[in-house]
Amino acid sequence: MSETGAVNTVPASAEAAPRAADARTRPGSLARTLPPERLLEVRNLKKYFPIKGGFFGGTVGAVRAVDDVNLHVDTGEILSLVGESGCGKTTTSRCVLRAVNPTSGEILFRLGDDEVVDVAKLSDRELRPLWRNMQMIFQDPFGSLNPRKNLFDIIGEPLLVNGVRSRQERMDRVAELLGLVGLRPEYMHRYPHAFSGGQRQRVVIARALALNPKLVVADEAVSALDVSVQAQILNLLLELQERLGLSYLFVAHDLSIVKHISHRVAVMYVGKVVETAPTDPLFHAPLHPYTSALMAAVPQADPRRRGEMIRLEGEVANPAKPPSGCYFHPRCPFATDQCKAEAPALREVRPGHFVACHRAEELDLPGVQSGSAVQAVAQAQG
Amino acid sequence: MPQTPTATDGQTASVAGGALGAPERRAAPAARDGTPPLLSVRDLKTYFELDDGTVKAVDGVSFDVMPGEVLGIVGESGCGKSITMKSILRLVAKPGRIVGGQILYRPDPHGRAGGSGGEIDLTKLRKDGRRIRNIRGGEIALIPQEPMASFSPLHTIGEQIVEAIRLHQDVSKSEARAMAIERLREVGVPSPEQRVDAYSWQLSGGLRQRAIIAMALSCHPKLLVADEPTTAIDVTTQAQVLSLLRDLQAEHGSSIIFITHDLGVIAQVADRVVVMYLGRVMERGPVDDIFHAPKHPYTKALLRSVPSMDTEPRVALPTIEGSIPHPLHKPTGCPFHPRCPEAIPGLCDVKVPALRPKESEQPVACFLYHREVEGE
Repeated sequence: MSETGAVNTVPASAEAAPRAADARTRPGSLARTLPPERLLEVRNLKKYFPIKGGFFGGTVGAVRAVDDVNLHVDTGEILSLVGESGCGKTTTSRCVLRAVNPTSGEILFRLGDDEVVDVAKLSDRELRPLWRNMQMIFQDPFGSLNPRKNLFDIIGEPLLVNGVRSRQERMDRVAELLGLVGLRPEYMHRYPHAFSGGQRQRVVIARALALNPKLVVADEAVSALDVSVQAQILNLLLELQERLGLSYLFVAHDLSIVKHISHRVAVMYVGKVVETAPTDPLFHAPLHPYTSALMAAVPQADPRRRGEMIRLEGEVANPAKPPSGCYFHPRCPFATDQCKAEAPALREVRPGHFVACHRAEELDLPGVQSGSAVQAVAQAQG
Repeated sequence: MPQTPTATDGQTASVAGGALGAPERRAAPAARDGTPPLLSVRDLKTYFELDDGTVKAVDGVSFDVMPGEVLGIVGESGCGKSITMKSILRLVAKPGRIVGGQILYRPDPHGRAGGSGGEIDLTKLRKDGRRIRNIRGGEIALIPQEPMASFSPLHTIGEQIVEAIRLHQDVSKSEARAMAIERLREVGVPSPEQRVDAYSWQLSGGLRQRAIIAMALSCHPKLLVADEPTTAIDVTTQAQVLSLLRDLQAEHGSSIIFITHDLGVIAQVADRVVVMYLGRVMERGPVDDIFHAPKHPYTKALLRSVPSMDTEPRVALPTIEGSIPHPLHKPTGCPFHPRCPEAIPGLCDVKVPALRPKESEQPVACFLYHREVEGE
């Protein structure tokens, strides 16, 4: 995040049509631009969806789903992307996987110690070795498993595609993976309909882990599950992360879950990252009014804390016609004339704590705890 | 919000209509001063006859809704909360059928449906008859989960609200339109004079949900049934909608049955809570007791397994073992016993515990507290 201005050392033209082997060895120069602990670094990522004339009289514009996003994930780290629907968190994660092609920007991903690739510039053929290292866990465990295939076929497919031809070898690996996610190996001959939502999500996780990926992108991985099952899957995700040294890009809207699972959090609003920080400072001393408002809106599971739910007025801005200046200013209780005119840049206000707000230093915003915690932080700041 | 004490199961005797409490009386101990519940569900059973067997979606559910209170029904998928709601509105589709129990509705003496002011057993009404159609939408209104699916995309929201108003009230089109605009203003839709002519797909998720609430409120219902009304919308919008519902409820004094799987939402809106699991009530009681002194092992486990803003990060959450059984393969005995850490072998897996004590504010269906068996 801090070196967002770093120069892309690979000329774009050289990437025009490289062979697969080339792409993985040649960008050695890229490796030097990433700190050794960094697994993924997204720089100035943009994804605009064009609007073709329609209901509103044929005006053609662009939906700025992702608008200049910078973020990074270190090895063994869980980064959560949070925000309301339409904020661009899912599109960002899809760009990282190249499930959609970004409009511009760099997505640097470390394949090995000296191998860093720019995912945004890979050709379709070069994506396959990348996808071995990046896997996805989907939201809906009912929609993401083929009902006509049994678990052996579902979990074994990525192995087969990636050259594990021996059936026995695949069976051993599938059995191992089922054990890893807490299912009995003999289930591999059963079909998805025989499993509950939570068990299906375990199958989805086993499939994602089949090729020993480095990065797992989990898009709302637990939000479709029942409360009692959600906790099991969260525990499993945390256990696997520690055991296998995985990194997660965890896309979620539920702040309680995000606070529970992540090392760091990036808050998005209308296509932009407005605040990013390690979990604790972000939740206890948020610097952006939107982050604070988002936390205040979470209903606490305690009837004695009813007054604490504060509502944020207004609606999320339209990413096709965003307001001037700071996109949040029409809803922000602290907005000034500067906020209406100038878009704030994401800047480091405290070590590791980045915020895009003109008034970050002067505001004293409440976090999740009662006033006392906020005051303590304020005192510590002098 | 003041708590309204629980009315008891035994109180089904008919009560003179004049005794029906005004909403302002909700703070009084209603059960004891003789205010009857607005709605009493008694041992409701709604079954689905399928080729593979009978799904007992709702299997002996009882609770009361007092005038002017918010009753929360909380439970996970398959617990029967939505089928309970559909049974009350008589919207259960085939092959589903109410096979037993009563749903006693006690309308206002001046109400259109009641006339006499006595009780109406909604389960006895003809499913598509005039009487239930007068009650549904007029006196008991639904706030559905999916605002997008609930409006017709071919008609403006104004036309749809006007239709609902004119179905239940004898007013002219222009009067109804004025009322629709007034309702939209009341639920906080900005510039309602213009929005009344908008189509549902032109509105944002939050506005659409507000429009649905306006439509549900259009005939001043006595009971609002809200089925996961905030599940499909974002937290900041959810906070707006929840406080809107609470404000409207305080203003009109209507009762609300609030169905959700979200314990946070229940804690914020409900006066009393019914906890359901696999078609049965596990426990019910005042919201503070349910959250701070839960009795049933299921309620306790459910509360523990939710990550909150206060739980230790990245530490394993306490979980409930196993998963929710398939509705066709419900366990014998207490439906929760295979997942229960405190199950008593030879008892919980054989016999179904009754919801007891009947007179209590917080009855529980669990043999750890009593040995009364369902149906005995």
